[in-house]
Amino acid sequence: MDKLISVNNLHKNYGDAAALRGISFEVSVSELTVIIGPSGCGKSTLLRCLNGLELFDSGSVRIGEHELKMNGASQHHLPSHLNAQLRHLREDVGMVFQSFNLFPHLTVLENAVLAPTVVKKVSQQEAEEQARTLLTKVGLKDRMDYYPSQLSGGQQQRAAIARALAMSPKVMLYDEPTSALDPSLVGEVLNIMRQLDDEGMTQVVVTHEMKFARDVADKVLVLSEGELIESDSPDVIFTSPRDERTREFLRRYL
Amino acid sequence: MNLVRKITEQTERTEKDESRIPFIQLFPFVPLSLLLIFLLAFPVKAQDLRWGGDAEGGAPYLLPDPKNPRRIIGFEIDLMDALGKQLKRKSVFVQNQWDGLIPGLQRGSYELAVNGIEITDDRKEQVNFSIPYYVCGEQLSVRATENSINSIADLKGKIVGTLKFSLAHRLLEQAKKDFGGALEIRSYENQNNPYDDLTNGRLQAVLMDWPIAVYYSKPNPKLKFTGPIIGEMQYGIAVRKDDAELLKQVNEALLALIRSGELRAIYDKWGIWNEETEKLFAKLSQTEQKSDALNEFTQTVSAKLTWRERVKRYWGYLPALLFVGAPMTLLISVLGMALAITYGLLLALAQLYAPKPLSWLARAYVELFRGTPLLIQLYLIFYGLPNIGIRLSPIVAAVVGLGMNYAAYEAENYRAGIQAIPRGQMEAALSLGMTRWQSLRHIIVPQAMRLVIPPVTNDFIALFKDSSIVSVITMVELTKVYGQLAATYYDYIGAGILTAAIYFLMGLPFVRLARWAEARLATDKRVVTTSKKRWLSVGAKPA
Repeated sequence: MDKLISVNNLHKNYGDAAALRGISFEVSVSELTVIIGPSGCGKSTLLRCLNGLELFDSGSVRIGEHELKMNGASQHHLPSHLNAQLRHLREDVGMVFQSFNLFPHLTVLENAVLAPTVVKKVSQQEAEEQARTLLTKVGLKDRMDYYPSQLSGGQQQRAAIARALAMSPKVMLYDEPTSALDPSLVGEVLNIMRQLDDEGMTQVVVTHEMKFARDVADKVLVLSEGELIESDSPDVIFTSPRDERTREFLRRYL
Repeated sequence: MNLVRKITEQTERTEKDESRIPFIQLFPFVPLSLLLIFLLAFPVKAQDLRWGGDAEGGAPYLLPDPKNPRRIIGFEIDLMDALGKQLKRKSVFVQNQWDGLIPGLQRGSYELAVNGIEITDDRKEQVNFSIPYYVCGEQLSVRATENSINSIADLKGKIVGTLKFSLAHRLLEQAKKDFGGALEIRSYENQNNPYDDLTNGRLQAVLMDWPIAVYYSKPNPKLKFTGPIIGEMQYGIAVRKDDAELLKQVNEALLALIRSGELRAIYDKWGIWNEETEKLFAKLSQTEQKSDALNEFTQTVSAKLTWRERVKRYWGYLPALLFVGAPMTLLISVLGMALAITYGLLLALAQLYAPKPLSWLARAYVELFRGTPLLIQLYLIFYGLPNIGIRLSPIVAAVVGLGMNYAAYEAENYRAGIQAIPRGQMEAALSLGMTRWQSLRHIIVPQAMRLVIPPVTNDFIALFKDSSIVSVITMVELTKVYGQLAATYYDYIGAGILTAAIYFLMGLPFVRLARWAEARLATDKRVVTTSKKRWLSVGAKPA
């Protein structure tokens, strides 16, 4: 199987506190990987390392042809070669945030049009066409000219997914995409992710939605205190986990 | 009679005492402040002859002694010392800004105003003047290499400097009219700046009272006098209208000083004895016996204006205020603010995102420019920069000065606005593959702009009013026009209220514009505004 993402021995410290301690895993094309673990276990940090929003101290991240090694570069004023590297990687990696982070001064359509025109220099017309298609796909056909503040949380998150898809990424990353949502709106967002999975999108999801993980994931990673303690198919993780910490965690979440 | 007066005095006193007792009990600090007032009032002894002048005026009138700047010297000090001796009162100089000398006299800050004050009809409406103590005309100065300018008629199309509110200024205004406007007059606050600007080429000629020219132009080898003395004016000592007795004493004392030759000795000492004054003194000496006639000469009828005349006068102020002052104020303010807004944004971005040395420089700039007075910055730009070869025209200097100063404030507004944008916005933009610069340009700055509209509007209004300060670098804007009107008519209240009203009315459209922009750009608030329904119905068209 073709490995699209390889993470190798990733370490990250916040001052003296270790956030990630030697994490390694791989993701194949079209796989949906779910990362679970108790709060503060480092799963969001790990996800943010994958597109360089978070820098790491040692180890490497490879996504497609992009390979990141930063050797403790400082968060501010990255060396320019690293900056360029990060930018190219991010063009291939879409990111969806817990708090949506839509651009409030732009309409939903403009949110999805901006990056392709600015970054990829796609023509306005072409970008709009593509954005309309994507927004229709996520069920926002009649909300394109609204401002984010006029939408429900579920609609906003679907718009954010469309915005990320507009860059035609090879990988989609989700950082607790449904945690800020009213329970009744969670389903509509998970459905989009399910639909993308069916279409063969490679996705990495940090979430507390265990049912979603069990039903849809190809692979589940369990993190605890910055360590990857277990990595297996959902059947194994949810029915016969090997690690005591996984069992403890699942007892509380199921 | 005496008895009656004593009794009434006594009753008055007891009444006063009674009324004061509970007052003191209520406010224990009242006796203290009364003491303070007493102490402050103490130096005003009846025998002192207090007279007002402006030591900033310069040589040879009044100036700080170059050897001991705390001491004021000048031919007018000598004149008043001699006059005080005649009147057997001690002459005491009171510093007062020149523009405000006559208002200060009327307010009672001093008994006489003496500082090269020309005897004019306008002023005679306000105060009485003594017999003239000095006569002179205006002297034209040019650069030593200049040979084409020999009289006022040669000034057509030239840039000429002079002192504000002076006879020279009026002569130049007249010439400008005769030339159909082909003459640029720059009016200065003090005496040496015009000659500096003549030396460095900003001006092509300077027309100035002869004694000033003798002191500031003649010693400068790069400059020379040209043409004959132009015009004639008489300096008089200003006395309050109700002070007829003092006026009489002053006139008699002046005559005595003229007769004894003391006054001439003073002028000789200062090197300003001239033909005109010689003729005047000869004439005055002949009429020495008829001092009543002299009093009449100075006693002008106090012309009280009727209500109708007053309105007509105010109406007459409007063209100058509206068509000369206001457009210049508007122009300087708008250009200054445009500079401040763009430059301020660069400073804010440099502080937040530029590499260390550059962000440090931007920080230092902000602290320096908001921490030092705008007035001094303007002086440095206008009078300081020519020393290193940068000679800005008044309007450019005004715009640059205001713009550079306000840029420091705008930078802080932007910095606050940018930092108020949630971090997630930058992260979302970066994770879409945008560069930091693209994220700033498309995502962060547009949102920050909306946030900073109120404080930036605030600063624009402040700049609008601060623009009045550029009058010190020869700009004729609204406040300068006000100053000219007020000084001509001694009407600080009427002209002041009119000018303030014009500032206020000119500022209003900008306030409205800002409100409009705020409402229009506040996209995330649209959902709670009244336009919500319209918005939703437009957006909710059936697919």
